[in-house]
Amino acid sequence: MSTPVIGVLALQGDVREHLVALAEADALARPVRRAEELAEVDALVIPGGESTTMSKLALLFGVMDPVRERVAAGMPVYGTCAGMIMLADKILDGREDQETVGGIDMTVRRNAFGRQNESFESGIAFAGLDDAPVHGVFIRAPWVEAVGAGVEVLAELPAADGPDSRIVAVRQGNLLATSFHPELTGDHRVHAYFVRMVEEHLAAAAR
Amino acid sequence: MSTTPTTADQPQIGTARVKRGMAEQLKGGVIMDVVNAEQAKIAEDAGAVAVMALERVPADIRKDGGVARMSDPNMIEEIIEAVSIPVMAKSRIGHFVEAQVLQSLGVDYIDESEVLTPADEVNHSDKFAFTTPFVCGATNLGEALRRIAEGAAMIRSKGEAGTGNVVEAVRHLRQIKNEIGQLRALDNNELYAAAKELRAPYELVKEVAELGKLPVVLFSAGGVATPADAALMRQLGAEGVFVGSGIFKSGDPAKRAAAIVKATTFFDDPKVIADASRNLGEAMVGINCDTLPETERYAKRGW
Repeated sequence: MSTPVIGVLALQGDVREHLVALAEADALARPVRRAEELAEVDALVIPGGESTTMSKLALLFGVMDPVRERVAAGMPVYGTCAGMIMLADKILDGREDQETVGGIDMTVRRNAFGRQNESFESGIAFAGLDDAPVHGVFIRAPWVEAVGAGVEVLAELPAADGPDSRIVAVRQGNLLATSFHPELTGDHRVHAYFVRMVEEHLAAAAR
Repeated sequence: MSTTPTTADQPQIGTARVKRGMAEQLKGGVIMDVVNAEQAKIAEDAGAVAVMALERVPADIRKDGGVARMSDPNMIEEIIEAVSIPVMAKSRIGHFVEAQVLQSLGVDYIDESEVLTPADEVNHSDKFAFTTPFVCGATNLGEALRRIAEGAAMIRSKGEAGTGNVVEAVRHLRQIKNEIGQLRALDNNELYAAAKELRAPYELVKEVAELGKLPVVLFSAGGVATPADAALMRQLGAEGVFVGSGIFKSGDPAKRAAAIVKATTFFDDPKVIADASRNLGEAMVGINCDTLPETERYAKRGW
């Protein structure tokens, strides 16, 4: 099978770190800012960044609808932090005019873990990556407040102030989202997990 | 496949990775100076990735003279309340109590800034003592590395704030990039002497020589007034830009702010920059830096 080509939405955010992580997970990675560039990739990563800025730029430069169309057609997408917000069907604490790509039947609360002083890193058990906890960096991070029936919860974090836990990683079909930033660590297993999703998708499409 | 050895699986706050990682999320973006909640909203509407809360923009600090200090906590809190994007605020160089106050207010980044009047002419603040990350200015590589050695998690080239003149921003960014390029060419034997010359820790110098970049995010500041200025700094290697007086000292701040955001993202596309530059109204009136008296050069503050 040929190596999958995975774009990183390069409107704003930690694009370079995702390009490195994808390359280390044996994908061909390239930045995507325009609809023409999107057409040339098999899959997309929406990086961390400021979701309000990213959303605005995606609308302004005409990539929001093309990404939505590709998502509807089954393109695999992985979103981290702001990228998770972009993949949510519903968001809380966003700007009133903030649009998302959508696709995952979930409600995501923006900046739910607090401001930068509350940002943290932690080990997290991640379903499917069972050899060791994934190391997650949470920066003004969102969490998933509610998920629909078709959404698989991959990771949860115990809440600091009670018995509840917070959903921080989900998958629905070809869409993957994490509250945290594996691209800021040397641990690229979540990216490798996504690359496998892309390979399986391409193999199924070729059949 | 490499896996990070996790020293602790328990949540840890205020680590270098969390502090530097915050700046990574700002890359490709514009951070705008604002003096009240209304301006902060205009900045957020325009697509700023963060705002810098301060009492007077640098152009007014220049005009008014006197001692420039940390802003009123009420004003900072109003801005934090008004927007959902990150809020930064400035402390004076070496004034670690102002920094403690800013941390207690919950700002997302502290700028230990030469734009305010320095409180200590020998020492900068110990930035490892804080959970809140710091950004610091630098005019050259040695200065940048000394700030990182003190715990800065982000660097901005200083430029000359409040002038609307990009010449010093260009000079400082080029200086930092050129010195990094020179380090790349040195062999291991030469790095010790280079560290001594840069007056920076050897380990940091070696890291920069290997990475070919700073170990933290590098933005540009001090003099950006137009979309083309912002794109210029990006093409010269800045990972994003701070815009101070350039926006709210111009004729149509909302329009100019949005235009600078566009040009910062599509910094390598002259057509987008051209479109962003149309009909922006009056730019801020600039100052020629060669007529600035030495005492009014903010970039000289800090060492």
